[in-house]
Amino acid sequence: MSQTMLGYIKQDSPIHYLTGATKLICLLLFSFASMLTYDTRLLAIILIFSIVMFKVSKIQFKDVAFVVYFILVFLLLNNIAIFLFSPYEGVKIYGMRTDLFKLVGPYTVTVEQLFYQFNITLKYLSIIPMALLFMVATHPSEFAASLNRIGVSYKGAYAVAIALRYIPDVQRDYHDIAFAQQARGIDMSKKEKLSKRIKNITAILLPLIFSSLDRIETISCAMELRAFGNNKKRTWYSARPFKKGDYIAIGVATAFLVVAFLMMIKNGGRFYNPFL
Amino acid sequence: MNEKKILSIKTIVAIGIGAAVFLVLGRFAAIPTGVPNTEIQTAYAFLALMAVLYGPVAGAAIGFIGHTLKDVTAYGMPWFSWIIASAVVGLIMGLAWKKLHVSEGVFGKKEMITFNIYQIIANLIAWGLVAPTLDIVIYAEPLDKLYLQGSVAGISNIITVGVLGTALLYAYAKTRTKKGSLDKE
Repeated sequence: MSQTMLGYIKQDSPIHYLTGATKLICLLLFSFASMLTYDTRLLAIILIFSIVMFKVSKIQFKDVAFVVYFILVFLLLNNIAIFLFSPYEGVKIYGMRTDLFKLVGPYTVTVEQLFYQFNITLKYLSIIPMALLFMVATHPSEFAASLNRIGVSYKGAYAVAIALRYIPDVQRDYHDIAFAQQARGIDMSKKEKLSKRIKNITAILLPLIFSSLDRIETISCAMELRAFGNNKKRTWYSARPFKKGDYIAIGVATAFLVVAFLMMIKNGGRFYNPFL
Repeated sequence: MNEKKILSIKTIVAIGIGAAVFLVLGRFAAIPTGVPNTEIQTAYAFLALMAVLYGPVAGAAIGFIGHTLKDVTAYGMPWFSWIIASAVVGLIMGLAWKKLHVSEGVFGKKEMITFNIYQIIANLIAWGLVAPTLDIVIYAEPLDKLYLQGSVAGISNIITVGVLGTALLYAYAKTRTKKGSLDKE
């Protein structure tokens, strides 16, 4: 049960000096840009740019390697599924057909399909370094402050802050309960039959739910006593003022989004068609 | 307490803790069924319970925040189409909040049927309609694949919430004291 989670990694780098709000805004802008466009050239530039940013952040690859491998396996499965369900999606999109070789039955590998799937993979890959970077370079309590900064009401931001604060606690509760139930002979592993496992999992869920509901009572009473929500605004301990670097970062990210829009207009759609 | 507030303190805390539990259950308490890519997501049974207890705003927010954090800590990137689908499940389930009085210890046959009608509608809309449509808009993947993924997720969630969610609500209702349960001697 040693599944790891992504968490904050402290480093001394320009990326870490940016405020949480800046990083969040940049991540959103980059996500929009890479969601919008299917232009291979732009996606490749975004990918290279995000890898460079990752280097700048001084985060070691080995710290995030487990997630990256997981994503790569997922991308592979996704690609296989796309090909199985729609082997001629690329042909439809690019309006051309160049057969490479025939597989079994109705499946023929075409250049267009390969190019289309290459684009999809690139699209997913291009945003991964940025998203990972955001996760490991933003302190959780600064994240809540930055949500508030970009316009989320502080109550909503506080809900996120509570979630981030209590994930380790709930995780510990879950494992404690699971071990206690296993000591009583309630097996949750693969050895049990599916129907039995579903029944056994309720033995963990119920105590977890009751302890969580109790926790909600306690925390909301404590917050009520401290007059949470009385004022229209609140300050954040970990909020930092914007500096020059923040404006530059947001400027660069905006530029990427603008380019993505311009490319869409120029290509007359989301796809870049090199076959014409 | 000011009644006009949409977000009471309790709802805010319920969203926070609910999202944390949703993430933990999603990561650790998903049972693989043997069919590839299909898991029994116990997290959705929990989401249904929270939505029924705390209402549509809490349900939608727990689904949204919980699923986002789960995706981000597991894959490093949020999968927005399915996150929004989770939020829709929480939202629609939460509409049953006014009709059911589980916290007052009432969860009989009639309530079970109401709960299950809501959850089936919620899952059908979320996984049959919202998730595939957004996938097409955002990721432009082939239609057939998305609708198959969606319906597999939908059906497995309907069964999970139907069996596990109903059982959880029943067990929870039993621990609550019924209104007017005292007799005059």
